[in-house]
Order: sequence, then C-alpha cells, then structure tokens
Amino acid sequence: MARAVTTQRKIVATAAAWIIGLAIFFPILWTVLTSFKTEAQAIADPPVWFGFDWTLENYSVVQERSNYFRFLMNSVIIAVGSTVLGLLIAIPSAWSMAFVPGKRTKDVLMWMLSTKMLPAVGVLFPIVLIARFLDLYDTHILLIVVLMLMNLPIIIWMLYTYFKEIPVDILEAARMDGASLRSEIIYVLTPMALPGIASTMLLNIILAWNEAFWTLNLTTTKAAPLTAFIASYSSPEGLFYAKLSAASTMAIAPILIMGWFSQKQLVRGLTFGAVK
Amino acid sequence: MATQHSRAAARLMNAPAVFVLLVWMLIPLCMTIYFSFMDYRPLRGVADCCVGFENYERFVTSSSFLSSVGTTLLMVGGILAITVIGGVLLALLLDQPIWGQGIVRILVIAPFFVMPTVSALVWKNMFMNPVNGLFAYLWKFFGATPIDWLSELPLFSIIWIVSWQWLPFATLILLTAVQSLSSEQLEAAEMDGASALSRFYYIILPHLGRAITVVILIQTIFLLSIFAEIFVTTNGAFGTRTLTYLVYQRVLESQNIGLGSAGGILAVILANIVAIFLMRIVGKNLDN
Amino acid sequence: MGRITLDKVAKSFGEVNVIPPLDLTIEDGEFVVFVGPSGCGKSTLLRLIAGLEDVSGGQIRIDKVDATHTPPAKRGLAMVFQSYALYPHMSVRKNIAFPMKMANVPQAEQDKRIDYAAKVLNLSDYLDRRPGQLSGGQRQRVAIGRAIVREPAAFLFDEPLSNLDAALRVNMRLEISELHNNLKTTMIYVTHDQVEAMTMADKIVVLQAGVIEQVGSPLELYQTPRNLFVAGFIGSPKMNFFKGADAAGHDAATIGVRPEHLTVSTTEGLWKGTVGVAEHLGSDTFLYVHPETADTVEDTITVRVDGEMALRHGDTVWLTPQDGKTHRFDGAGLRIG
Ligand SMILES: Nc1ncnc2c1ncn2[C@@H]1O[C@H](COP(=O)(O)OP(=O)(O)OP(=O)(O)O)[C@@H](O)[C@H]1O
Ligand SMILES: [Mg+2]
Repeated sequence: MARAVTTQRKIVATAAAWIIGLAIFFPILWTVLTSFKTEAQAIADPPVWFGFDWTLENYSVVQERSNYFRFLMNSVIIAVGSTVLGLLIAIPSAWSMAFVPGKRTKDVLMWMLSTKMLPAVGVLFPIVLIARFLDLYDTHILLIVVLMLMNLPIIIWMLYTYFKEIPVDILEAARMDGASLRSEIIYVLTPMALPGIASTMLLNIILAWNEAFWTLNLTTTKAAPLTAFIASYSSPEGLFYAKLSAASTMAIAPILIMGWFSQKQLVRGLTFGAVK
Repeated sequence: MATQHSRAAARLMNAPAVFVLLVWMLIPLCMTIYFSFMDYRPLRGVADCCVGFENYERFVTSSSFLSSVGTTLLMVGGILAITVIGGVLLALLLDQPIWGQGIVRILVIAPFFVMPTVSALVWKNMFMNPVNGLFAYLWKFFGATPIDWLSELPLFSIIWIVSWQWLPFATLILLTAVQSLSSEQLEAAEMDGASALSRFYYIILPHLGRAITVVILIQTIFLLSIFAEIFVTTNGAFGTRTLTYLVYQRVLESQNIGLGSAGGILAVILANIVAIFLMRIVGKNLDN
Repeated sequence: MGRITLDKVAKSFGEVNVIPPLDLTIEDGEFVVFVGPSGCGKSTLLRLIAGLEDVSGGQIRIDKVDATHTPPAKRGLAMVFQSYALYPHMSVRKNIAFPMKMANVPQAEQDKRIDYAAKVLNLSDYLDRRPGQLSGGQRQRVAIGRAIVREPAAFLFDEPLSNLDAALRVNMRLEISELHNNLKTTMIYVTHDQVEAMTMADKIVVLQAGVIEQVGSPLELYQTPRNLFVAGFIGSPKMNFFKGADAAGHDAATIGVRPEHLTVSTTEGLWKGTVGVAEHLGSDTFLYVHPETADTVEDTITVRVDGEMALRHGDTVWLTPQDGKTHRFDGAGLRIG
C-alpha cells in the first residue's frame, strides 16, 4: 500500500473482521467450552459462559463408554495410510503427466478428476459385496484403499499443478548428470516439490479424516474411525450436551491442532493448487 | 524432453494410477448396472434376472425421484450461492489492513477441519434444538417463539450447516486471488474516477472469475455427495432427501438393491452431465 | 576422447520438420560453435546429441560407438543449460557432487574433484551456499563445475551466457576458452551471439532452418563465406550487398563488401551518398550512408571507419571497395570463386 491507511478505517475493518471471525469460530468454541461443563450447566438457562465449574469428567466418561483411543487409532491409521498409499501412486503419475505431456495428457487428467464425480452411492452396494467377498469388510486395508481411491484424483491433480512449476531443465540436468529415473524423482523432483507435497499430504489427511460416507458404511466396530465414534452419539440417548461436546472435541481436536500448526502449507493446499 | 525412453517410462509410471482408477470406476459400476436390471431384494430372498427397465421406470416415476432432484439442486445451489457470495465479501474484508490478521484467518479456516458428522451434531443439538439450543435461548431472549429448525426449516438448516463448513474454503481461495490483484490496476481505476462499487464490479470481480470457477467446481464435486449432514440431522425426512440419500435409502435401508441400483445409475448419469459441463470450464482454465 | 559423428541425423516434431538429415563430425578436443538465427534448430541439434530428444532418423556416434538410442545418462556427456538448472535445494558442493554421487564415485575422489573444480572456477568460498545465494556468474560457474567433475567425453553448452550482463559475459567467455585450453575436452557451444562464435570457436557450424550452411574456422567463414546467408550472418556490422548493374560489372548476381573494406573519401569514389546516422564508438565509427548511385539491397550502406574521422550527418561521401575484398555470388546465392 502506497498510501497511509487511516486509523479509523483500520479500526472499522478490524472490528468487522474480528466479529465475523469469532462468529464463524463460535460453534467450535462453544462446543469446547460445553465439554468442560456439567450436564446441568450445559443446558442452563440462561447459558453460562466461562463462570462454571470446569470439569474433565465428560472426557473420562466418553473414553470409558466408547473407547475413544481405539477410534482415534483407527482414524490415524486410515487417514495416514490412505494418504501415503495415494502419494506413492500419485507422484509417478503426476511426474509423467507434468513432464512428459502427450496429446492425451489433458484428457487423462480430466478423466481422473471426473471419477471423483461418480456418486459414491451408485457403487456402494457392489463395494460392500466385494468387500465381504474378499473378507475385508470392517478392516483397515479396505478403508485405506477405498479412501485412497476417493482422493487419488485430487492428490494427482494437486501434485500435477505443483510439479508444473518446476523447470524441466533441472530434471534434464539430472538426467545428463547420470541420474536414473528413480534418482531423478527421489533426489531432485521430490525435494524441490516438498512444500507442495506437504500441502497435498495435509489436505488429504484432513479429507480422509473427515470422510463419512465410506467410513460409516464399510465399518462396524474393528476398523471404525472417529466419524463412526461420533455418529454413535446421534441417537436420542446420546443427548447429553456436555458428553456430546467432549466427544466432538475429541474427534476434531487432532486435526484442528495439526491444521493450526501447519497453517502455511495448509492454506496452500486448501486452494487445491488451483489458485496461485 | 520427450524421448522414447522417457515416454515409455511415463506410461509405466502413470499405469498404476490409471489402472486403479479404471478398476475402481468400472467394476462396481458394471455390477450396479447389472443389478439395476434385476429384481434383487436380499432380505426377501428375491433375486430375479432380468426385469428390463422396470426398476428405472419405477424409480423415475415415483414422486420421490423428482423431488429429490429438486432438493439436490436447491441444496447445492443454495450452498454455492452462500459460500461464493459470503466468500467474496469475507475475502475483501480480510484483504484490508487489520490488526491480528493471522489470528482472524485461523478462526475463519477452523470449520473446514471439523468433520461433517461433528458439525451436524453440534448444530443440530446445541444450536438448533428447539428446547435447549442456543438459538432457542436467543429467540426467547427477544421474546420470540423458538423455532424447531430441523423440522420447520429443514432444508435451510442443512444448507446453513454445510455452508458453515465450506465458507472457509471459498474465502481462502478467493482471498488468495484477491491478493494477487495488482494494486496498480486498482489505483489506475481510481485515477480514472471509478467509485469503489464500480471498481469492485469492473476490476475485482472479473479478476476473481477463475477463482470462483475453481470454488464452484471443487465444491460441487463434494456437495453432490453430501451424506453425513443429512444422515445425522434429518435422516432424509422433511424434504431433505437428496438424490444421493434417496438411493442410499433404497439400497441400504429398504434393501431393494435393484431399485436402488437403477437410482444409482441415474445419479451417475446426472452427475456426469454436471461433470461434463464443469470439465469444460476447468479444461479452459487448464490452458492458461 | 570425444569424437562425435552425426550421420544423416534428422528431427521432426510431429509434422514439423525441424532438422532435415545432416552430417557433421566433431573432432576430439575441438571447440565447435553452433550459430544461427533464433529457431533454426541449434538447441534441438544439441539436445539430440545429448540424448534429451530422440532422432527421427540417422545415427549419432560418440567415439565410434553408436549412441543413437543410449539414454542421456549413459552418453558420458555433460551439459550446461542457459537457465543453469542448478538444484535449488542442494548446496553448491552437493550440486557439484551430484553427478559423482550418481556414478558412485568414492568419497575421497569426489572431494578431490570438487576441490579441483572449485579452484579452477573460483568457487572455493561458496561451496556451502545454496544456488539462490549466488550471483548469475557464480551460478554459471557452478553449472560448469558440475559438468567438469563428470570428466565427460564432451561438454555441451546451450547459450550459457545469455542470462548474464555484457561485462560478465566477456569474462565468462574468456574463462570458458581458458577451460578448454586446460582440459582439451571437446566442447559444443550453442549461441546466437556471433562475437562469441568468432572468438571462441575452433570450428563454427552455421545453421539456418535446420540446414548446415557452412562449417569452417572463424576466419574461413569470414573470408570465404560459402553463400549469401553466411556472408550476411558472420561479421559485424553486416556485409553490404549490391545487385543490378553494380553486381553485373563483376559477373555476379550479387556482390558483397564488408563495412571495413570500404574506403571513404569526401572528394571521389565509386558510389556517392550522404551520411545518415554516424555511430561513434570511440575506436571506430559506423556510418550509415544513403547511396545516390549504388544499387543496394538494403536502404543504407554501412561503413566502418577510423574513430578519428570527422564525418557527420548530412555530409556527402564517396565509397570505394578495397581491392580483392569484394565477394561475388551467383543467382542462387552461392559464392563465385
Ligand atoms: N518440443 C517441440 N515441439 C515442437 N516444436 C519444437 C519443439 N522444440 C522445438 N521446436 C521447434 O523447433 C525449431 C527449432 O527450435 P530450437 O529450440 O532448436 O531453436 P534454437 O535455434 O535453439 O533457437 P533459439 O536461438 O531461439 O534458442 C523451432 O521452430 C521450434 O519451434
Ligand atoms: Mg535455443
């Protein structure tokens, strides 16, 4: 900005931004606050803000009742597993389309993205059948593979846009320097695209973590992740606000914390590599 | 850089991705097509092949089909409208010089991290509940009768919840785009005597065109398959049954696989129509 | 060793025929420069030799071995790119070490070669920096260092100096020439700067639209250009061409006289004209003369005179070609005699 901004204008903008920001954040804040209240305080009329007896009781009850940590472990395994598997398949694919483009590259990319448009319900039953047939229903492997397939087009797309920014010269230089294709990808391409790869990874962990259709329909107990954990609180007898809040907080905290710590890469990733 | 070696290598490197996606797309889809021509109701032990287009006919002619398509369009359209308009305004606001920009940005992004099941549950119980929800208190505070949001305004409520989740995404992309607008352009327009409104209309909005396209494309991909929010809140009741959800109910709840599969295929066809339309736009964007 | 032979090598991109079949031999230890106008296929030819592109036909032999289908990594050549193409995430040392790492050269040997390259190229103080922290000239040296340590059969340079400013370009030009004198390794150098070509080359290859117009030492090209294109392309300022009666007098379709081979007089001579622009470079002055009588191809005749000569805009001058310095070309543009 070449001109000095008037303080008055800055104050107005700041106030507006903070009010809207807090309003958007409020449901999360309220959930976290409620999770530390007793059930009575949680539905007190009028609502209590901070002046309540903080308690951790809800958390221990939730853990006892639903074994939170098992769901958490499942979520971590599924989210990380599907992302890593996805990257392993997507990096070579994105490399080939970004650096050895052919006549049909664009069509292939489009086709890949269009598989993402396939409504999951259309293939739900066959997938359930196949899963049962292979004896994979309610296993980590199944969810890792299915979520990987769900997100693969997006991973490839993002990596493709990031790879596109890397000058071909440098890869050719590596080739002239005697690097094999493997070394070229491991020692040159991957380190150079690391920020992009990190963004892709983070975004996909979030997408996999929050995915609810397949995780709800392909698991019962053994491999059920946090989406299922929280869905079990939607039944009427779960209507205890404090416990519901504790469970909700526990379900979203890991991703929220991860998201905040890696804000910079994430913001990049959130744009799906589509806007610079 | 395109020698036979590298082209062969490229084909090899792309093969796994193409292969798994092809399998993922084709096998279940073929099975669904097959089932859609059967009278297949496992719970009743019925599995008759082949009933021709009977399932399609029944699915299309049932009153729930058209209404579910309408619901889907309303829902996706409503969410897109709210998030795009809200996102543009919010992006313009966040682009202003303000104190604590980083923190505000964190606050605004947060809903994107919240899993749909959680956000639906939290909104449903803690905000929209007609007895204990915060909105009810607010209404009572102003002397109004609390609204039972999810049964009186169910579609709006779901649009509201999903918009809350996707607003951060739209805002962030649009903010990135706004920030890439050169201030020289705006200053030039100001020198030419353009008012703030016409500057927005003639310079900022066209500049955001590409970003808005991207927002619409990506959100549509995700919104067409909204599931958890409906599952947790209304379970498809009160006119919130989207096409996706209708098919889901036919397949899993009433276990009418044949009928559900026919619906699934219809959903796939409709989604593809939308997809072709959207792909055109992205294809254009890919070029530049 | 580094003798490179191109045998009927051709290249087309789809329908577009960029290089029709051509033959060329580059002797071991030679410094060969490819020159030609932009888009004539210099880079393409270099990349064919490097193996970064496939030939559409013909054979490439490196030291008598057919390398036509050998991948670039195995050809034993090193390339220096116009953009330097350094690995931004590696230190200078790692950049230089990379080709040796790929070849599994023992660590001790690696260190030895890095030290040598760093000394030759004045990079010793920068070994731990990243490329982003170097100036353009230093980056170019790192790129060359990376090429040296491979001990390649030949170095390939694709316009390595075009991103540098004028002064630095002169320096680097000298350094590369010196490097060649020390290493005595074959070097193939692409440029469209003919000063670089004239000063560095043992042998210049002039290309136009993928066709070799002439191959020869810088002086050969200057003194006996084989055709109009080479005559016009080599030499700066450009050769003046005359046609019509002036050429017919020499039994030619076109004659050419270099600006430095015209004698200027204010009183008498062959062609009369008025001085348009006079560019004073100090040591030399370039006069752009508008002819009254001569039948020229261009609008003006360029003349190179001594810097002391006091001529200015609007003066009337007479120009006369020096004896035996007139180049004659036939109707097809080929040199006569
Ligand atoms: N990958 C390609 N596909 C199609 N045409 C190409 C390709 N690479 C080069 N060309 C064409 O081949 C011709 C020669 O290109 P090349 O890069 O070799 O020219 P050059 O002599 O190096 O030019 P410059 O001096 O500008 O670098 C050009 O007309 C160019 O358009
Ligand atoms: Mg070139």
